[in-house]
Amino acid sequence: MIKILFFGQLKERLECADLNLEYAGEHTVVDVVQQLLERGEVWRPLAENDVLVAVNHTICAFDATVRDGDEIAFFPPVTGG
Amino acid sequence: MIVIQPEDFDHGEQYKRLRARCDSDGAIVTFTGLVRDFCHHGRVSTITLEHYPGMAEKSLMQICAQARKRWELGEVTVIHRVGELSAHEQIVFVGVTSKHRQAAFEAAEFIMDYLKTLAPFWKKETTNHGPHWVDAKASDQVAFEKW
Repeated sequence: MIKILFFGQLKERLECADLNLEYAGEHTVVDVVQQLLERGEVWRPLAENDVLVAVNHTICAFDATVRDGDEIAFFPPVTGG
Repeated sequence: MIVIQPEDFDHGEQYKRLRARCDSDGAIVTFTGLVRDFCHHGRVSTITLEHYPGMAEKSLMQICAQARKRWELGEVTVIHRVGELSAHEQIVFVGVTSKHRQAAFEAAEFIMDYLKTLAPFWKKETTNHGPHWVDAKASDQVAFEKW
């Protein structure tokens, strides 16, 4: 099982703050995105160019490895401060 | 000290705390970010600051650790507020002490530039034309890349 979180405008557009995904083996963030995109058109914003990803609280590339138990977060560019 | 909180902070208290703990340092630099009352969409009445709990704290700690590697610093304080804030309220505080002013000035600017590009916070502004999410600015990326 992996936990997936969404923040900011992306959370609103997806109408989803978080979800758990059954997960086995070692894949990449791209594979996780693909799995979500296959759920339907509503997930399309995840494929946009400016979406950032963090695995276990560290921003990483979309080819980063995801393991069972990981926490993945997708979000738009940050705007704090 | 890293703090993420909905409550306001007292700049004077934070300055006093830095001054009491900075021992032999000769410089204190503080920066306070405020909620602007305007944006290109109109007049801003409130903003809502969302953050990623856990990662936001970790990100700020990493940014401060990076600053400490670049400059010899004494005390470092970062306070970032979350939740709904009204125009003119305080959002963020960065306070840095060092033996000399240049290190303190540069480290405070570095921390803010990195925070604005790496720390997981998002602003939603409410204006007289309705609410909208704030877009990341190219100028913030330029400021980040100069380091």
